[in-house]
Amino acid sequence: MNCIIIDDEAAARAIVAQLCSITPNLNAIEEFSSAIEAIKFLNQNTVDVIFLDIHMPMFTGFDFIQTLKNPPKIVLITSDKNFAIEAYEYEAIVDYLVKPITKERFEKSVLKIENAITNTPVAPTNTNEQSSINNELYINIDRRLIKLKFNEILFIEAQGDYIAVKTETKDYRVHNTLKKIKEKLPVNIFIQIHRSYIINFSKIIDIEDNSVLIKKSVIPISRSNRPELMRRLNLLK
Amino acid sequence: MQETPNINYINELAGDDEAFKAKFIAIIKKEFPQEKQEYISYYTKRNYINTAAVVHKLKHKFNVLGLQQGYRLAVTYEEELLEENTNLHASFLNVLETIEVYIKDL
Repeated sequence: MNCIIIDDEAAARAIVAQLCSITPNLNAIEEFSSAIEAIKFLNQNTVDVIFLDIHMPMFTGFDFIQTLKNPPKIVLITSDKNFAIEAYEYEAIVDYLVKPITKERFEKSVLKIENAITNTPVAPTNTNEQSSINNELYINIDRRLIKLKFNEILFIEAQGDYIAVKTETKDYRVHNTLKKIKEKLPVNIFIQIHRSYIINFSKIIDIEDNSVLIKKSVIPISRSNRPELMRRLNLLK
Repeated sequence: MQETPNINYINELAGDDEAFKAKFIAIIKKEFPQEKQEYISYYTKRNYINTAAVVHKLKHKFNVLGLQQGYRLAVTYEEELLEENTNLHASFLNVLETIEVYIKDL
């Protein structure tokens, strides 16, 4: 099996390359420090497996996966388990390795890849599963799955590589993107009003010029998102 | 008592492969000082979100160098930085300095 390694840290790439080199039938043919470089390579080459770091600047591992039309088998690699739930939403992802990777764990992963390639169903090693219940969302904080009911969420704010989920009682920071959480939220309850904010429509107290008030927070409305917000208001003219 | 770094994990991965061991040490010697500098730069500018991102990267090296307590400290510190809480800065810097001294002698 030919594979490539994508990780912004050279030390991490060297470890995975070494693990590949001591594994029979697994050849690491290229290493990339950014997902963009890997996309260019994959436009002209095919591989059987990608070992992919999730947490990379500019373009995360999940952003990368979404660019692939016919992804090969993918093994995610990261320093923490906060992405485990999202990982299993992608059919191409066959395993999830937490750094530092041991030889034994890597061997198990290779078995999973081989099984997946031969279409044998394999159960994920990490057993976290996302709830399919429709009025709630589970977020992973410090390896705990915390249930949030949609009607408890006030708004969600993008903060670099993280999102802050503000609820009636508490704030949660999650290593994720606004784009990904938006896909999990019902469109009849939530609306994006700014590139950094998604709000719970029912929590709006008032709207003034280019901002909305939710509880005690003033949230900006971008020019491009304003028409959709205004369309959804039950406005008495 | 403060834990000391080691390369047991690298030795285990390397086996008899001295070339890999040398390559990995060269990478750490190059990458670690850059990341430490990046950390100090973001921290000094009070850019705590980017500081947290560098802590996220550095915690992997803590793990690789066998610093379990340092890793746990980094996990907590990363979370706290996002709350703009920098109480663990001195302890984190202490771990960085311990590594810096260790890798100079590798």
